[in-house]
Formats: sequence, structure tokens, C-alpha cells
Amino acid sequence: MSRRRLWPITIALGVVRCAGPFPQSTLAPRSDFGWAIDHLFTDIFWWAAGVFLVVEALLVVALIRFRHRAGKPAPKPTHGHTVMEIAWTLAPAVILVFVAVPTVRTIFTTSGEAPADALKVDVIGHQWWWEFRYPELGLVTANELHIPLGRAAQLSITSADVIHAFWAPPLGGKRDGIPGRVNRIAFRADSVGDYSGQCAEFCGASHANMRLRVVVDSDSGFGRWATVQLAGPATPAPGTLAERGKAIFARSACLGCHTIQGVSPGVIGPNLTHVGGRTTLAAGLFPNDSAHLASWIADAPSLKPGSLMTRMKPPLTDPDIAALVAYLQSLK
Amino acid sequence: MTSWITTTDHKRIGLLYFWTAFGFFLIGGLEALLIRLQLAQPNGHLVGAETYNQLFTMHGTTMVFLALMPLSASFFNYIVPLQIGARDVAFPRLNAFSYWVFLLGGLLLNASWLAGPLFHASQLNVAPDGGWFGYANLTERQFSPGPNIDFWLLGLQILGISSLAAGFNFIVTILNMRAPGMKMMRVPTFTWMTLVTQFLVITAFPVITVALAFLLFDRFFGTHFYVTQAGATPLLWQHLFWLFGHPEVYILILPAMGIVSEVLPTFARKPLFGYTVVVFSGVLIGFMGWGVWSHHMFSVGLGPIADSVFAGTTMLIAVPTGVKIFNWIATLWGGDIRGTTALHFAVGFIAMFIIGGLSGVTHASPPADLQQTDTYYVVAHIHYVLFGGTVLGLFAGMYYWWPKMTGRLLSEPLGKWHFWLTFVGMNVAFFPMHFIGLLGMPRRIYTYAPELGVARLNLVSTLGAILIGVAVLVFLWNVWRTRTHGRPAPNDPWGGATLEWSIPSPPPVYNFSVIPTVANRLPRWKTEHHEPMRDPPAVPPATIHVPGGSWWPLVAALGLPVLALAPLTHTLWLAFLGVAILLLGIYRWAFEPFEA
Repeated sequence: MSRRRLWPITIALGVVRCAGPFPQSTLAPRSDFGWAIDHLFTDIFWWAAGVFLVVEALLVVALIRFRHRAGKPAPKPTHGHTVMEIAWTLAPAVILVFVAVPTVRTIFTTSGEAPADALKVDVIGHQWWWEFRYPELGLVTANELHIPLGRAAQLSITSADVIHAFWAPPLGGKRDGIPGRVNRIAFRADSVGDYSGQCAEFCGASHANMRLRVVVDSDSGFGRWATVQLAGPATPAPGTLAERGKAIFARSACLGCHTIQGVSPGVIGPNLTHVGGRTTLAAGLFPNDSAHLASWIADAPSLKPGSLMTRMKPPLTDPDIAALVAYLQSLK
Repeated sequence: MTSWITTTDHKRIGLLYFWTAFGFFLIGGLEALLIRLQLAQPNGHLVGAETYNQLFTMHGTTMVFLALMPLSASFFNYIVPLQIGARDVAFPRLNAFSYWVFLLGGLLLNASWLAGPLFHASQLNVAPDGGWFGYANLTERQFSPGPNIDFWLLGLQILGISSLAAGFNFIVTILNMRAPGMKMMRVPTFTWMTLVTQFLVITAFPVITVALAFLLFDRFFGTHFYVTQAGATPLLWQHLFWLFGHPEVYILILPAMGIVSEVLPTFARKPLFGYTVVVFSGVLIGFMGWGVWSHHMFSVGLGPIADSVFAGTTMLIAVPTGVKIFNWIATLWGGDIRGTTALHFAVGFIAMFIIGGLSGVTHASPPADLQQTDTYYVVAHIHYVLFGGTVLGLFAGMYYWWPKMTGRLLSEPLGKWHFWLTFVGMNVAFFPMHFIGLLGMPRRIYTYAPELGVARLNLVSTLGAILIGVAVLVFLWNVWRTRTHGRPAPNDPWGGATLEWSIPSPPPVYNFSVIPTVANRLPRWKTEHHEPMRDPPAVPPATIHVPGGSWWPLVAALGLPVLALAPLTHTLWLAFLGVAILLLGIYRWAFEPFEA
């Protein structure tokens, strides 16, 4: 009746575990939080695989052994067997104890409590981008979360509009960002890297386009990054295209939604003070290059359906867009 | 034609339920195919974000409320009165009302695909787009200004009325209309599971009715039940929705479990092993289904204590479920198993439900669930439960009871093709989803990046979905062919033990010429202590009262969609018209002359 699937699963799990090309795999953890979940899942998986094998084997044996054959006498009309009923009630119950105990233990070890020296970051979900605030450092960034390798991180997750869920699978499980509530996760990354993730709770038209990156820096790398972020925005040299871009930015609708420190006060969209230093655009959708940036400025809703950054009226001219691109890219 | 519209015969209503629900099943399947085609490759362009969100919302809503529940209902209608030796349900006109309300509610929901121009929307379709779970506060007017969510909540409110009316009807029927001698512990397992399901319906649907009423008030009258800016928590919706939603899962699966419990003994030529235990574990599942709702909310952050408690209750519910599976296998053990198509589907149910149940245990563990919830891993799980479980179980029921319901036997060779295509198709479609999810692809996304590395697995899954579509076409061909070429069915083509097999196929309008007296649990089988019962004579005595037809259930039902159109179109007089039609229908219904 049913194909034996256990070995393909094991092999597939093995391949998936060691292979690199799955940037959002939950099976290649890179933090203590991720590992705790992975160990628990592996335990439960083997229990489940064992039960699967036994029960499906019983089913297949019954089907083959007791199939209809000509001349077979009528089966004995058995109605039940009390001892067997008790046995197969208790057996799963006992197995579930072996699942439940490590589960409860892991619930408490992964409840979001962090050591006192943990780096605290406020994560705020927006339709459809992420805002990251570092209260101790006094800096604000978007869509790319940087954390140092040597310190635990504690994320306090909430939302500015509808429910979102912060999920960077290699670093651990997801937590919902719920308006009016704060949820915490804590983890200590175990290797430097650039990890991808995305919103996991359906949050409207562009839910699929609400991606994120978590960059785990070396401690010195994180220090350098923070220093850059804390500095004011770059000032374009006089006479350059970037300077014209800054002027256009300052007199268009851009400033209503975006902050560039000392230039514009908007808080509806992502903070752009150091947007040129980010690796991706539009919440992890595109590489941060001039072509993508230009088409994003020209018509964001066609790239991210429902985006609040509508086309400007009257539309920006191509030279204006080129100038804006030059300016934004200069904001390293 | 008129006689079908005014019918109050449970058998005709059962067939109406069947064909309507199967039509919606095809629509829901088409939506699923579009979803799979969109995801067959990364950065798919078949549909846009808005349309995709409508497709998965309507796929879920359609399959749960318009296909699986009413397909079960078609068997409740047709088979339950026959199994308990009754001539009809307790309230035949209420039964007709349930059907018409279901049909109209389903039409209203699906009208949203074409209703755009009525609302000056830029698109033709204004179908619901908030997910079948419709999480607040995304469904609030602020974030979903269009009529999409209105269609959804009004449609579901109407469907709830249908389910509640049917629920009360079947509880009264099963408790009061059993043939003499049919004590509760002699009631066939399918009827028992129907009874448990109906208790879940009448207790769970009021919860979603309240949740939807809050949403209705928020969207139309400016209340703040889920408005966070006014201090509300959107978690209120989640608690209410899943307090309904988890019992709803058992509303979907218990009838299929009942079907399997009928099919296995018939074709193994052996009584159901541990009948009492199977019945009581069904009842226990019904009770325990109320204590597990927060396992849908482990990522919400309810705190370690709540998470631990709900993990515990969720794992416990695996025990009675496992007990059922062991009893089914023990039923087959030592039997003389006839490999009919119905048996294939019933065994397929067991084999696939085991997988769905075991993956369920992996996300009963909250920390593990934090990596699984809202990913394709959970999509795999629910499809092993609801397709591998409910749909295979329903197909088992179709092959099993088709001769009773239509008088002809479906083709067995075509049935085997149907089974194997379905079985292979569903595993090709849904098994890779486990990996897609574990590799980090969230559900409900209309597009994904090639860098995710899941393109090939998604393509395989899409091919599986197409295979399922082919299987359904084979079934339809089988049905079409059987109309003219099917072997005429005798009273009892299978050698069944229960009362429905003691009367002609299809049964006469009065069902039983003489109401049978039941002496044991398997009245038509010879056991150690009993000889088989004598089937009722084919020629009825002269006077058998059967209820006549009535227009008024349909009229009363028509009032509801008219009433729903009032808020949809912001037209007050429609509300008065709807209420007037409803009251007229009920009034005339109540005072309808009692005639035979």
C-alpha cells in the first residue's frame, strides 16, 4: 500500500543539513536558539519515524496476509480485546512522555530570556518592511539587522500596523510582531555570516515581499558598522550629481516619509541615513544597485504590490531619478 | 424539477448536497491548481499578488466550508436515516432549509469573483483575500478597505446558519428516531461519528459567529473589538477563531473516520475491532478538541506555561487517535479482505492519516513549531490530514454508498485508476512540501526567490497537483459512465451489516416498508449469538406517511443573502426586504397545512 519512505527522508535530511545552497534552511542552525530547536526536532522526528515504520508495516502485513483468497474460511468474528486496547493506549502515551519532557525543557530554555549583557534590538514590523532600533546605541536602521558574534542578542518584536512574524531560520524560530504587544526572542549566533529570513505571518498584499537579512559581524566589524551608522549622513560634494539628488530629495514627497538625519524627518518609511551601505533594497527584494534603485524610485508598487511608496505626481523625470540614485548611493 | 426544489426527502437533499459540494470541490481544486502553477517556478507571473491572496483564501474557505463539510453532510443526509432505520430526518423542511442556505451562502461567497464592477473596483474580482483564518487586524477596514472581507464574513455567517440548523436536526434525528431495539451502543459507527460531529458543530459555530459579528460591527459600525489603536488586542480574534477552528478540524475528520469504520469491517468480513473503544475515542477526541486551540498560536508568545499546557493537551489527543488506527488495523487483521475501490480509499486514509498525525506531533512541540508554523511544512501536514484523511475517506464513502444512492455500481477498474492516481498524486504534491517548509519557505507567499533553493521541489509538487486533477477527471468519467453503463445495484452489493443494505438501491421514498426491530449491533450479519435479521418486504403496506414538498424553506433561505446584500452594498432597504422574506418564509412554513 504505502511506499517505505524512511530512507529517502533520512538521506534527504542529511543532504539538506550539509548543503549550502539553502539560505533559509531550518536544518542548518547557526545559533544556540536554532540548535535547541534542531535537537528537539531531531528527537521527535526519530520517534515519529519509528512509529511510522511500525504502524505502516502492520498495515501492509495485514493487507497482504489477510487478502481474500478463493476457498478461504469465513473470518472469526472477533469484537475486541481488552488487554490489547490497554496496550495500544499506553504505548503512545509513554512515547509522548519522551516527546513532552524535552519539549517543556526547551520551551523554558528558549523563552526569550537573555543574559544581562545581551545586545537589545527593537524589531518593528511594517507593511512591508522591517525597522530595527538599537536603544543602547541610539541608532535606527531598516531591513538589515546587524549583530555581533560575541554577544547574545535579544529582539523585542512588535508591529506598527498588522501582525507580522520575524523569522531568520538559521538563527532560530519565528515570533509574531503584534501591534500593542512586545514578544522577545534571544539567541547567540555561532558563526559570522549573512543570513536571510522573511516575514512569516500573512500581512497583506506584499507579504511575500517582506524579506530581511541578519548580518552577524565579528565584534570589531560590528563596532565599525555601528560607528558608521551613528555618524551623520554623507554630504555630497558641491556640483556633483549627488548634490542635485539631495536637493530633489529635499523638495519632493520623499521627505514626508523617510528620515535622513539632518535632511528630512519622515518616519513612515525606512530610515535612509545610511541606505547606500545596505546590500539589498525594498526589504531584501533586490540587490542595492543603481538600476534597481532607479526602477524602485520610479514605480515601487509595480515591484512591491500595495507599497505605500506610490508613484509621484507629476512623475519624476529620468534625470531627477538618476540624481536621486546618485545621492542615495552616496549615503554609505 | 419542481419536485427537487420543494423536496424534503432526506435522500434527495443528500444528493443535492453531494452535487453542490462536489461542484465547489472542483472550484476549490481549480484554485489549488492555479496556486501550484504560480509556484511551479520562482518569481512566477501567472497571477499577481492580490489575485494569489484571493486564490489561497478562497481555496481554504471553499474546501473547508463548501466542499468537505457539505460532502460529509451529503452522507449524513442520505445514509444516517437509513442506518438508524428511519423514514426521514426529524425535521425534513429544516433539512431543506439547511441545504438552500448552504447553496446560497456558497454562491454569495463565490459571486465575489465577478462582483468587482458593482463596487467600482478596478478589478473584476473582489474575492476575499485575508486568508481562510482571516486574522484581525488585517481584516479591519483600515487595512482591507474593499468589499473582499465583507463577502467573506457575510458568506461565513450564512453558512454557519446552515450548519447549525443541520446540526440540531441530526442530533434530534439520531437521538430520537432510531429503530426499535437500536440502543446507543448498537448505533453504526458512521452515525455515531455524525452525532459527535454535530455536537461539535452546534458548540463550535456559535464561537465563530460571535467572532464574525465583532468583525462585522468593527467594519460597518465603527466598533473596536479588534482595533489596536483603540486598545484592543487582535489576539481576541485568534483565540475565538481557533476555539472554533480546532473543533472544526474534527468536524472535518470525524465523519471520514466514521466512513472508514464502516468500510473496513464490510470488506474484511469482520466486525469492527473494539467498537466501543472506537466510539468512545471519537467522543473523547470531540471533547479534547476543545482544549488544544492555542497550538495554532505558539508563535504568538503566550508564555512558557501556556505553551507547555497546550503542547501537553495536543500530544494527549494523539492517544485516542492512535487507538482508532490500531483498532482499524486489528479489524483488517485476521479478515478476508476484498480489495474493492472503497477499501483502497479507506486503507489509503489510514496510511496517509498516520503521516499527517505524526507530523502533527512534531508541531505539537512549541519550540519545533516555531520553525514550522506558517511554512509549507504545515501545509504538508494539513493536506495529509484533510486530503489524505478527509478526502480519501469521503471517496471511500462515495464508492461504498454510490450503489445505494444511485442504484448503480461505479466501475471498479476505473475506481482503481482513480485511487492510484490520487494516491501517487497526493504524495508527489504534498510530501515535498515538508522539505520546502523545512528549507524555509513560508506559506501564503505568491512569489519566492530562486536563491531559496526550493524551485525543483515546488515544480515536483505542482506536477503532483496536476496528477490529482487527472485523478478527479477519471472519477468524473467513472460517474458519467456509470449513469448508463454501471451495473445495477442489488439491495446489498457488498454484504454489509447495517440497515441501509436491507432495502432497495436506491431506496423507495419511504425507505423501510416495515421499520425493522434491531436485536444487535450487526443486524444483517450472522454472529455467534444471532441469526441475520430478515430484510423488510419489498411491497409496502398501503399507508406510509411521508412529508410532502414545501417552497417555504427555500423562501426563508432566500431572505439571508438579501439581508447580507444590505451591508455589502450599503443599502438599508435591502435589510428590511431580506428580513421580510425570511419572516414570510418562516411564517408560511410554520402554518403550512400538514399534508401527506
